Amino acid sequence: MKFQPVIGLEVHVQLLTDSKIFCGCSTRFGAEPNSQTCPVCLGLPGALPVLNRRVVEFAVKAGLATNCSISHRSVFARKNYFYPDLPKGYQISQFEEPICLKGWLDIQVNGTAKRIGITRIHMEEDAGKLVHGELPGLDDGSGVDLNRACTPLLEIVSEPDLRTADEAVAYLKQLHRIVTWLGICDGNMEEGSFRCDANVSVMPVGADKLGTRAEIKNVNSFRFVKQAIEHEIERQIDLIEDGGTVVQETRLFDPNTGRTRSMRGKEEAHDYRYFPDPDLVPLVIDDEWVRRAQDELPELPEQRQRRFISEYGVSEYDAEVLTATRSLAEYYEGCVALHGNGKAVSNWVMGELTRALNDSGLSIDQCPVTPRLLAELVKLIDSGTISGKIAKTVFDEMWRSGREPGAIVEEQGLVQVSDSGAIEAIIDGILAANQGQVEEYRGGKEKVFGFFVGQVMRASKGKANPALVNELLLNKLKG
Amino acid sequence: MEIFDLTIHELHGKLKAKEVSAVEATGAMLARIEAVEPKVGSFITVTPEQALADAEAADRRIAAGEADVLTGIPLALKDIFLTEGIRTTCGSRMLHNFIPPYSATSWERLRERGAVLLGKLNQDEFAMGSSNESSAFGICRNPWDLTRIPGGSSGGSAAAIAARQAIATLGTDTGGSIRQPASHCGCVGLKPTYGRVSRYGVIAYASSLDQVGPLTRDVTDCAIMLGAVAGHDPKDSTSVDTPVPDYVAALSGDIKGLRIGLPGEYFIAGLDPDVQAAMDRAIENYRRLGAEFVDISLPHTDYAVATYYLIATAEASSNLARYDGVRFGHRSPQAGGLIEMMTRSRSEGFGAEVKRRIMLGTYALSSGYYDAYYLKAQKVRTLIMQDFIQAFEGVDVILTPVAPTPAFRIGEKVNDPLQMYLSDIFTIPVNLAGTCAIAVPAGLSASGLPIGMQLIGKPFGEETILRAAHAFEQATEWHTKRAPL
Repeated sequence: MKFQPVIGLEVHVQLLTDSKIFCGCSTRFGAEPNSQTCPVCLGLPGALPVLNRRVVEFAVKAGLATNCSISHRSVFARKNYFYPDLPKGYQISQFEEPICLKGWLDIQVNGTAKRIGITRIHMEEDAGKLVHGELPGLDDGSGVDLNRACTPLLEIVSEPDLRTADEAVAYLKQLHRIVTWLGICDGNMEEGSFRCDANVSVMPVGADKLGTRAEIKNVNSFRFVKQAIEHEIERQIDLIEDGGTVVQETRLFDPNTGRTRSMRGKEEAHDYRYFPDPDLVPLVIDDEWVRRAQDELPELPEQRQRRFISEYGVSEYDAEVLTATRSLAEYYEGCVALHGNGKAVSNWVMGELTRALNDSGLSIDQCPVTPRLLAELVKLIDSGTISGKIAKTVFDEMWRSGREPGAIVEEQGLVQVSDSGAIEAIIDGILAANQGQVEEYRGGKEKVFGFFVGQVMRASKGKANPALVNELLLNKLKG
Repeated sequence: MEIFDLTIHELHGKLKAKEVSAVEATGAMLARIEAVEPKVGSFITVTPEQALADAEAADRRIAAGEADVLTGIPLALKDIFLTEGIRTTCGSRMLHNFIPPYSATSWERLRERGAVLLGKLNQDEFAMGSSNESSAFGICRNPWDLTRIPGGSSGGSAAAIAARQAIATLGTDTGGSIRQPASHCGCVGLKPTYGRVSRYGVIAYASSLDQVGPLTRDVTDCAIMLGAVAGHDPKDSTSVDTPVPDYVAALSGDIKGLRIGLPGEYFIAGLDPDVQAAMDRAIENYRRLGAEFVDISLPHTDYAVATYYLIATAEASSNLARYDGVRFGHRSPQAGGLIEMMTRSRSEGFGAEVKRRIMLGTYALSSGYYDAYYLKAQKVRTLIMQDFIQAFEGVDVILTPVAPTPAFRIGEKVNDPLQMYLSDIFTIPVNLAGTCAIAVPAGLSASGLPIGMQLIGKPFGEETILRAAHAFEQATEWHTKRAPL
């Protein structure tokens, strides 16, 4: 029997607001434990939540960017369960009436486009965290750090429209690109700013009833998502083929083994006893608010990707790479605005610039070469002032010093030699000194041509115009 | 007349005229507390040092000519209000050691105006009760008859007024917890419209019903106290941003043409005859003052108690989840692991009534029962609100008894929760409707127990019920009667 996997993702997106969702405490990561707390996020008696307006703005942005409809009225609900990192004994979330409903994202897998439905997006608060082991005043124990408690999250729930691990990863990457693009999330998966639970089930191909699903928790990289889903699909198929049945349960992905293991079964599942939070009034968003948010929405990565293709003539692949982040796209367009050769700029951004950034571990925002400098450099190539090869030397110097490429070229005498008389003189010298090779070439061994080019370039210290060298050399040898 | 017999406005006159200092007044109150507290048990914590420091500060303000009507007035708070640096127990063993790091907005507002804090008052545990018998800090007795309950849950807040241990107090009212004890102790108690007073820093019982309000010796004091604590608080999302009127100015005495509704559902067979007689006399009084009476119906009254015990317990089950022994309050010393720590801390920290309500509420919210209980209760709540909206189309206020009987005996209903719950039958609908109501002394029973009358107003109609209560007070002497303590 052949099986059809069915996958849905629940993604938690930590929002980049300065303060928490229901109090004024800072959301900064890595502060002294419990230093960023107040009666509200400590869950002290008598404390009451007040909704942070920025969180709503971010949620609306995320909803619009994923083609959701924004609810005119949404309601915060309490999700009740006991855990030491959950100060109030309930999490304030949204349940029956979330802020965004019914959206979609387009993904591409192996050149095939697919539309993935988004069921809902809701706002909620994060919990704190437990710290185990040696603690101040305790040799061995467990401590609670509530700095993260009440940090704003969006939960973005997809429809079960995904069929393969690759589709799931493509969807996740697309979503990641959008939320970082909007500037509402830093996208840091290791620190948990963007994390994902996967619901996976399999059913016989052609069946109309979905199989029993397992929920996989704790997958915090794109690679792990792929591994976890692939393993889970295989596990479920093996189980069914061996005559077993899949049980509804929560499973934990273990990155060390690449496998999932059971965390809790249906019987142990919490009854969260959701009900509307009486401490918060229903959130009402009028048309005006939505319209304003729509107007303020930046051009989205997919739109920009398409525009790069049509406007600058770059390839589909290049356009996707150039729009991987908003900063990179801005950088690229900053260059193109100053020097219109979109393809050449694209090659430089994706080539030398990306390599240099990777080598030095810098992000595009920290790049020492400004878009203007890179544009100048490409301009020098296109005008024939320097060769592409020399340009790499100039680029390295620009990277080190941040100086103007024109100044570097001038100072180091790197201007390309396009004077045919001068080049001919060099060629004549080389041919005279290598008569043996000249004979070989004329005898039909055309490979030797490369040798001559190399010699000429070396003699000119790389400054000879390579096209001219080719042309003149060919004439001399043929003649 | 002793200082402890005075009202806010009377004491303010003496303070302003420098006939007495705030320190002297506070000293007199502390002496009174010491004298009668062993009999009454109104307080959980008395704060003499705080009180005298507050009083000295008040005297400096008075000397500087900056005296407000509340400056130097010795008050006490139900132990549900957080007071920075002063233990706040909510009547529970769970919080026997809880010293809050911040204060309730309502207390902050009184404090800014120079009020003096005498201490924290006894109450039913987590405000769950109608007799003050569920307090973990001992019984509170009715100053009119020490064998009887003062009412609850703000029992200490009412008893302290009746025993003249405080000039005025604050309580909270979730299903009648201000009005019922006010009625049983012969004082004035007002439950404001939901959203009129901030709940920030007030320990939550049932968040959609809880409201802060004053208990006082007369209606003028009630207007003063309400004016001081009312108003929008950015820290409470459910507090309403609507201007606070001058409630004292509303006490014009003129109620000619006031239309008073009498709901048939509240004047039932089985109403205590003394209560019925007191209501009949009150109606007669109002007729003489020029009010008109209209028979009205609040048809869903019968469902109010059941609705209340679903919504209030559901919210409570969630509100009380934070008492887990992790960050504050009682932690069981014997617990080994995490679950055991939470379970034992809660088992030891909470009393029987609190546990009963947590279990009821947990059940009502459970999957499979939510629709049948919680959701249905919310729908009935809407019907009860509509009853009031319709009734108020034809009347300005609604007159009812506060409680079906005067104060019952200590222990009388303690083993019969249903009987206990029914003592709030006339007060609960007001909380469900979210509107305001005042309890005013309207008689004494044959055995000398106070009987209160309830005037229910439209949402944010506090001025109207205060004016009507004040006019009644001017025409009667019930508020001048003193507990024979």
